[in-house]
Amino acid sequence: MTIRIQTADFDLGLELALLRSASPGIGAVVSFIGQVRDMNEGDLVSTLTLEHYPEMTEKALVTIAQEAKSRWDIIDSLIIHRVGTLQALDQIVLVAVSSAHRGEAFKACEFIMDYLKTTAPFWKKESTTEGERWIEPKISDDRAKARWQ
Amino acid sequence: MYIKVLYFARIKEALNYSSEDIDLPLEIMTVMGLKNWLSLRGDTWAQLFNGKQVVRAAINHELVDDMAVIQAGDEVAFFPPVTGG
Repeated sequence: MTIRIQTADFDLGLELALLRSASPGIGAVVSFIGQVRDMNEGDLVSTLTLEHYPEMTEKALVTIAQEAKSRWDIIDSLIIHRVGTLQALDQIVLVAVSSAHRGEAFKACEFIMDYLKTTAPFWKKESTTEGERWIEPKISDDRAKARWQ
Repeated sequence: MYIKVLYFARIKEALNYSSEDIDLPLEIMTVMGLKNWLSLRGDTWAQLFNGKQVVRAAINHELVDDMAVIQAGDEVAFFPPVTGG
């Protein structure tokens, strides 16, 4: 299990290569990338700034990764989340899971993202043509999390 | 009892500061009690903590609900619903 919170970008190919090659028992790697969109609520987004609660963030992500490991037969997981100011097409988050078979990795990856979205202490503020505004949480994110309970 | 209180995101912006040490009256024992007590500090505080806006809380870096009990030395954080990912 690896958790990283960083301002720097990451190399998706390199990260997946490291995860994939860690054990000959790995038969599947599933990954998710979240990236900044140029439009939100009909307005053009110039930058997206991510704030977090440093002392709590890593702990929250470790808890999520451990819960995924206890629910599914996975081999390893990787979560990288960026903070600071980003723009369209920038990568925000990477979640990747390795397992012997694909079903476990698919489920665990989706679970980690759904919990990250609703329990990890990150907040997004976007700068648009209409000014700056904090992004509102989506009810659909709470519903996505509730599926796993 | 002394506790540390942190504020994040839109709450931090509205208050214009991010943390403070508070000497909490002994009769205030829960997150809900602290929210109610903070809401008496003035208009800005009332708008944030009167219950109309969703304000999440953590004690010592763990998410908690409004009934969670606060103890001396705790770090209590208040923030809006999270929007990472």
